[in-house]
Amino acid sequence: MLGLPDVPLAVETKGLSRRFGDRWAVAGIDISLAAGECLAIFGPNGAGKTTLLRVLGGLLEPTGGIARVDGMALPGDVDVRARVGFISHYTMLYPALTARENVEFAARLQGLHAPRAAASAALTRLRVLDRADTPVRALSRGLQQRVSIARAFVHSPRIVLLDEPYTGLDALGATALTTALEQLKAAGAALILVTHHLEEGLALATSVAVMHEGRFIRVEPREAVDAAAYANQYRDLVGADG
Amino acid sequence: MNAPLASPPSSREDILTTGTSAPAGDAPDVRRHPHTLAAAWIIARKDLAVEVRTRSAFLSAAVFTVLAAAIFFYTWDPTAVPAVDLAPGVVWVIFTFSGMLGLHRSFAGELSDRAIDALLGAPISREGIFLGKALANLIFVLAVQLVAVPAVLLFYNVDIGWTGAAMLAGITVLAAIGLVIVGTLFSAMAVNTRLAELLLPVITLPFLVPVVTAAAQATVVIMNGRPIAGAVAWVRLLAAFDLVFVVACTLAYPFTIER
Repeated sequence: MLGLPDVPLAVETKGLSRRFGDRWAVAGIDISLAAGECLAIFGPNGAGKTTLLRVLGGLLEPTGGIARVDGMALPGDVDVRARVGFISHYTMLYPALTARENVEFAARLQGLHAPRAAASAALTRLRVLDRADTPVRALSRGLQQRVSIARAFVHSPRIVLLDEPYTGLDALGATALTTALEQLKAAGAALILVTHHLEEGLALATSVAVMHEGRFIRVEPREAVDAAAYANQYRDLVGADG
Repeated sequence: MNAPLASPPSSREDILTTGTSAPAGDAPDVRRHPHTLAAAWIIARKDLAVEVRTRSAFLSAAVFTVLAAAIFFYTWDPTAVPAVDLAPGVVWVIFTFSGMLGLHRSFAGELSDRAIDALLGAPISREGIFLGKALANLIFVLAVQLVAVPAVLLFYNVDIGWTGAAMLAGITVLAAIGLVIVGTLFSAMAVNTRLAELLLPVITLPFLVPVVTAAAQATVVIMNGRPIAGAVAWVRLLAAFDLVFVVACTLAYPFTIER
């Protein structure tokens, strides 16, 4: 894929690797993702998907290879982290604080000029504004996940890293998340979506990859994928683990 | 990954500064990453808000201080040791252990749902995170001492007057800075270990010996009504300890984070 001549790729890695002790959790990953694209990564538990996202999010240093976000090398400084939004199956929220306080806290850390308004806008986008003043611990798991997504989206990140974001979401929450992700894509954000759920991944992706034992064992553009046949092909690739 | 760009943004800064993912009508927002002290204040406010909502750590520490003062009082033989000789030691023993009660939760609270990942992923310096945690801990420890010190003075019937009270308050602030700055760093280091709550005091207390010694010796001078000049050297030691450890611990904190 070609980026614009003067615009670096949103995410670019070459031979990206991360080792824990003797085990390579990520072993030579190449990614070229431009603004407005979405890479869906499928793979069984332990494939290294979460570690890959944590490296791209600046939470872990790579052991080898090169990784760039918006042209800036990882692990980067605050300018890199300001461009990334990270969503995981952990909510990353403070249970004692309200939904609004949690999102507003994130907005303040991002340095937004009007954090309260930004928090309200993000909660509205995820259709959870009516519960904004409820402590997070009193919300259902699905609502907590929506608040968590609002937290990650509050600064309209350039690169969104999603680790099983649909976990715990009901139909309304899943729809709100998909809509928000499509808006971000349309606005030029690059998405990397890690999931076990093929349907959700294929719905958003512009390209798909299967990760197994730290490596991409299959990478292809979305339009080359036959969604109906993909589940069987995926199971053949990763075996019983998938 | 090889799909053409559907609608490239006019510039990357447009997206960063205007929040174009927001629905039409949302007000544009402007960003300036918080500098270290601003980030520290944001984090300290959040930690204090969490403590105000739960009150668990403060109430536990406050009850502990009163119980400890009572136990020391009822094991005291006033015919053997005068109150003004015993009370300084009691104040600083209670100060040390009640202060430790709140330090563990400082980083443990960030781990419950991996909120620490959002914190580390935010565009703020690692030093800002540390100073924010330390500031919240300092306010917590000082709030506990507002219960502890008067409780000891009441139990032992020690009258230090307003001047003495002001000086004791100053010593308490200096000692609290030393305690929380060391304790916050070790809390960050111990939080990912098993038995973190046990490990924290074990590794922290040896570093607090100079703080407690200096604070107790200065308090002896105040409670015995001796000339203030006798406490100056101890106060200088406290200030020097604070200065050195605030700088050293702030610089050391980024190395405690798993990379």
